[in-house]
Amino acid sequence: MTLAIERTSGDTVAKPLAVQAVRQKRKNERPAWEEPPTVAGQAAKGITLGGVMLVMLVPLWIIVVTSLSTQAAINRAGGLVIWPTDITFEAYRVMLADSTVRSALLVSLGITAVGTLVSMVVSVMCAYGLSRSRSLGHRFILMLLIITMFVNGGLIPTFLVVTGLGGYGEWWALILPTAVSVFNILILRAFYSSTSIDLIEAARIDGAGDWRILWSIVLPTSRAVTAVMALFYGVGYWNSFFNVMLYMPTDSEKWPLQYVLLTYVNRGNGMPGSVNSGFGDQFSQTAPLALQMAVVVLTLVPLLIVYPFVQKHFRTGVLTGAIKG
Amino acid sequence: MTTLRSDRAGRPAKLSWRIRLRRDRSLILMTLPAVVLLVVFNYVPLFGLATAFQEYDPLAGVWQSTWAGLYQFERLLGDSLFWGALKNTLYLSFVQLILFFPVPIALALLLNSVLSQRIRNFFQSVVYLPHFFSWVLAITIFQQMLGGAGALNQFLRSNDIGTWDIMTNPDTFALLVTSQVIWKEAGWGIIVFLAALAAINTDLYEAAAADGAGRWRRLWHITLPGLRAVIVLMLVLRLGNALTVGFEQFLIQRNAVGHDTAEVLDTFSFYYGIATGDYSYGAAAGLFKSVISLLLIWGANKLAHAFGEDGLYRK
Repeated sequence: MTLAIERTSGDTVAKPLAVQAVRQKRKNERPAWEEPPTVAGQAAKGITLGGVMLVMLVPLWIIVVTSLSTQAAINRAGGLVIWPTDITFEAYRVMLADSTVRSALLVSLGITAVGTLVSMVVSVMCAYGLSRSRSLGHRFILMLLIITMFVNGGLIPTFLVVTGLGGYGEWWALILPTAVSVFNILILRAFYSSTSIDLIEAARIDGAGDWRILWSIVLPTSRAVTAVMALFYGVGYWNSFFNVMLYMPTDSEKWPLQYVLLTYVNRGNGMPGSVNSGFGDQFSQTAPLALQMAVVVLTLVPLLIVYPFVQKHFRTGVLTGAIKG
Repeated sequence: MTTLRSDRAGRPAKLSWRIRLRRDRSLILMTLPAVVLLVVFNYVPLFGLATAFQEYDPLAGVWQSTWAGLYQFERLLGDSLFWGALKNTLYLSFVQLILFFPVPIALALLLNSVLSQRIRNFFQSVVYLPHFFSWVLAITIFQQMLGGAGALNQFLRSNDIGTWDIMTNPDTFALLVTSQVIWKEAGWGIIVFLAALAAINTDLYEAAAADGAGRWRRLWHITLPGLRAVIVLMLVLRLGNALTVGFEQFLIQRNAVGHDTAEVLDTFSFYYGIATGDYSYGAAAGLFKSVISLLLIWGANKLAHAFGEDGLYRK
């Protein structure tokens, strides 16, 4: 019995890169045997693909424009603003002056940075440790990992273990229970076991140990997959809110941005525990809708900054190769 | 050198375990942090499942709590709220299977027929993006677009057509959550199918075209068979996860729509386990779900094997 993901490791992984290259060459012009496209077909295709992209992009556009609008413009539009008329950064100024949002931003950035670092160190080490064929015990450890993908204690036993270890209200409760993604480790492992074998052998003959090989050969030659995995982990930490709900539901100074978004924008609640500072008060002074939309944009910004640098690696076959199986 | 190369990492196998341990100790050491984390947060909770057979008391802990046998499961089977959650889960799962599952396949086929590499790249960059949004963000966006004070109703009101509050309407909730899943995940879902499409030998198309097969016949006789294995694998995964329909998505929207329609097994476990402090009851609901899920994965694989595919694991 071999798992689909497991089957990939090794030989098949390098292939999509080559396939992709061949394909790009082919794809730039229509092959001679293919019949010319019909106008109706091209139009239908264009409208569908364009429509799909608009459904993704228009909401983001409306939210950004509204966050930049004055209260007058919002009143004129009767709510969300589609065309920018008078642009103001007032909502962002108010938002960043607000102690709740400022601390939430710091918390989110901190958890994401520390969490991603922990996850990456643990996963990269584990993936390399399992990637050398015929090493002692790697099959057993691999099985140990894969079993957790199908069998787990579930929500309540995990909650009881974390609180039993004193995790309630502690930062580590937001990071350690979800720090290891077996799926990510398997992807990394698939790459490590197929790349730079010649280099590794050469280094081993030169007397390099496994730590040395991991640091100076394997990591530098697999930057793309490392970047993609870091994005996966980073996004996971940046987006998480349920563990906050579990482990620090009342501790509003420790709330990350997603939880602030949920509480004040999605649910429209007042600010618990602070009467004079925070959102409750700000709402009456500035464009509330613009302010809410500014918070939405704030949760998007880090993602939009990192995304372009990493997403080009999706295309080079990094992911498709590993996920495809 | 050649003997080393034949054994990829240069590790001969037939050595005593003592020598292998000395040789591989750093490799084993490297896996240790991950193993420790998994043992603490995945394997120890497995023993915590014992709480499902107890009357768990947080002050006493697992060791001192009184055993209750199958009492919690009897409670579950007699609880109409639990049956409601199970019914909702299966219904939503079914709707998602019908409406969501074909979308990424269709999009991948459509995108694959586009020649311009630049358009393909741009489209992929755009449709992958929502996958990285949190559910809080995705639902906030939906609320702003379709909610009572959202863009759609704003437009309807300004044209005197009345209002249509989709976000809190229980009758259309299944369609709402499915459209949210499509918006957020369908784009990302095309990755696997694009990879499978790229792996199809283009000579087949050329030969078929030379034999007079039009583009629809090529789609039917070459492309779809080429995707078959991946489609079956994704279907097995989907069926195996039939009792998981997206936890956070429902957690956020449960109160707006009401638990009659928005309660699923995972939220049931949370609300009746943790939020009300009835830990054993929630753990029993979770265990019930896990056992059925394992059976489903097993059954879905049997089905895949029956159709001559590998599914999740080989026979």
